Amino acid sequence: MFTKVLIANRGEIAARVIRTCQRMGIKTVAIYSEADEHALHVKLADEAYLVGKPRVNESYLQVDKIMEIAKESGAEAIHPGYGLLSENSAFAKRCIEEGLTFIGPSPEVIAKMGSKIEARKAMEAAGVPVVPGIEHALKDVDEAAEVAERIGYPVMLKASAGGGGIGMQIVHNEEECRKAFAGNQTRAQSFFGDGAMFVEKYIENPRHIEIQVLADQQGNTVYIWERDCSVQRRHQKVVEEAPSPFLDEATRAKMGEMAVTAAKAIGYSNAGTIECLVDEHKEFYFLEMNTRLQVEHPVTEEISGLDLVEWQLRIAAGEALGFAQEEIKLEGHAIEVRIYAEDPKTFFPSPGTIKEINLPEAPYIRHECPVSAGSAVTPFYDPMIAKLVVSAPTRDEAIERLEAALGEYTIEGIKTNIPMLKEVIAHPVFKRGEATTAFVAENLQPAQGGKRS
Amino acid sequence: MMKVTTNMAGNVWKMLVKEGDQVEEGQDVAILESMKMEIPVAAEASGTVKVIHKPEGEFVDEGEVLLELE
Repeated sequence: MFTKVLIANRGEIAARVIRTCQRMGIKTVAIYSEADEHALHVKLADEAYLVGKPRVNESYLQVDKIMEIAKESGAEAIHPGYGLLSENSAFAKRCIEEGLTFIGPSPEVIAKMGSKIEARKAMEAAGVPVVPGIEHALKDVDEAAEVAERIGYPVMLKASAGGGGIGMQIVHNEEECRKAFAGNQTRAQSFFGDGAMFVEKYIENPRHIEIQVLADQQGNTVYIWERDCSVQRRHQKVVEEAPSPFLDEATRAKMGEMAVTAAKAIGYSNAGTIECLVDEHKEFYFLEMNTRLQVEHPVTEEISGLDLVEWQLRIAAGEALGFAQEEIKLEGHAIEVRIYAEDPKTFFPSPGTIKEINLPEAPYIRHECPVSAGSAVTPFYDPMIAKLVVSAPTRDEAIERLEAALGEYTIEGIKTNIPMLKEVIAHPVFKRGEATTAFVAENLQPAQGGKRS
Repeated sequence: MMKVTTNMAGNVWKMLVKEGDQVEEGQDVAILESMKMEIPVAAEASGTVKVIHKPEGEFVDEGEVLLELE
């Protein structure tokens, strides 16, 4: 096992990774920007190094500087967390070249899964169902209209390099398709430096269900059940739970086996997630593979009793999975809500200073909360400031506990989405386990002025 | 004279107008980027862009003047 690991991230995930490292007796190295000098991950780590100015491209994305810090501190491995450099194949490659272990899959696998078109081809070759669409980048707007006509509206226009809902748009007819194509292409080009666009059938009223996999370097791959992340706003997840209230045992097993087949086919190692859309008839379609730890991994940990970060570290250090598929437990129900610093109605960001924060406490509550009274929430990073995870023997009890916990969760000084989360949890559609990805738009008050221009 | 100010801290991602441009009330004049989200900033009155105080790439604090109209 490693003796020292550098965590190339910030916020709750950096703190969470450090916690597991400490339990395993691994020394930790934090990096921080000028804006994060007083952050929890800096306090928790054994060593912390300033990496640059507040903006991510001048700090947490500074690969050269991070390499320098790794060398200086004597770290042997780098945990990338999620976001930032976690799915950057060039970074993973660089780590290896510098003699460091990148805690994740190989750079080749990251690159392949990072391109939506490449990922789709690989999955189709592995026999995984994909959403009807095309596998080459559209050459122009005429081809977009032609393909859309063939597969049938509504269709989803997507940027190959897109993410977080950027460069993605549902269109219902040719006029909309033509209008949306140019705008999204330009946006993808300026955001990601890649304007490649493709189009696929839009699955109506789908659920977003994803399968967690763990694969070691010896070729053993298991699935650790699913997470249902159907409650989203602006294509970003808000509430996640495990297991999914929608799946029956047969579909669960089918999806799990599909995920294992897919992971093996691409030579995957470490923790990964296969995201799927599941339609009303429980037919599932591959959406994308995330080659890293997910934000919502705690719900999987709560129902399985496994520490996914621990297994990421063990696998990266060359250990084999110490258990078989049949030994993985699925006990109880866990729900996570993401606390965002944002207006609960418009979803506009709300940076500022936290004046007061009160967290509910109980044995069944897990907090991933790196902020406290006096913490500055800066405009430089993602608006997610904390996560609240509640477990219970059944889904109904988990919802009850979560309602009570959210009732006691107060943050003063900045606006948060807590009122919106309470609305979601209390909603009969959610309570019945019937939420689809259209839930927020259909059931909560539509955002005023929250549209992206 | 009419000032267009920002209602949140962020980075000027796109300045949609240039000095001398005629803008209408409610027209988006700039796009801020804050917490990984783009937020359009609209002019609250019609007028001609007199001076741009915060060009693309600059960081603005809440309440700062982005540009002036007349």
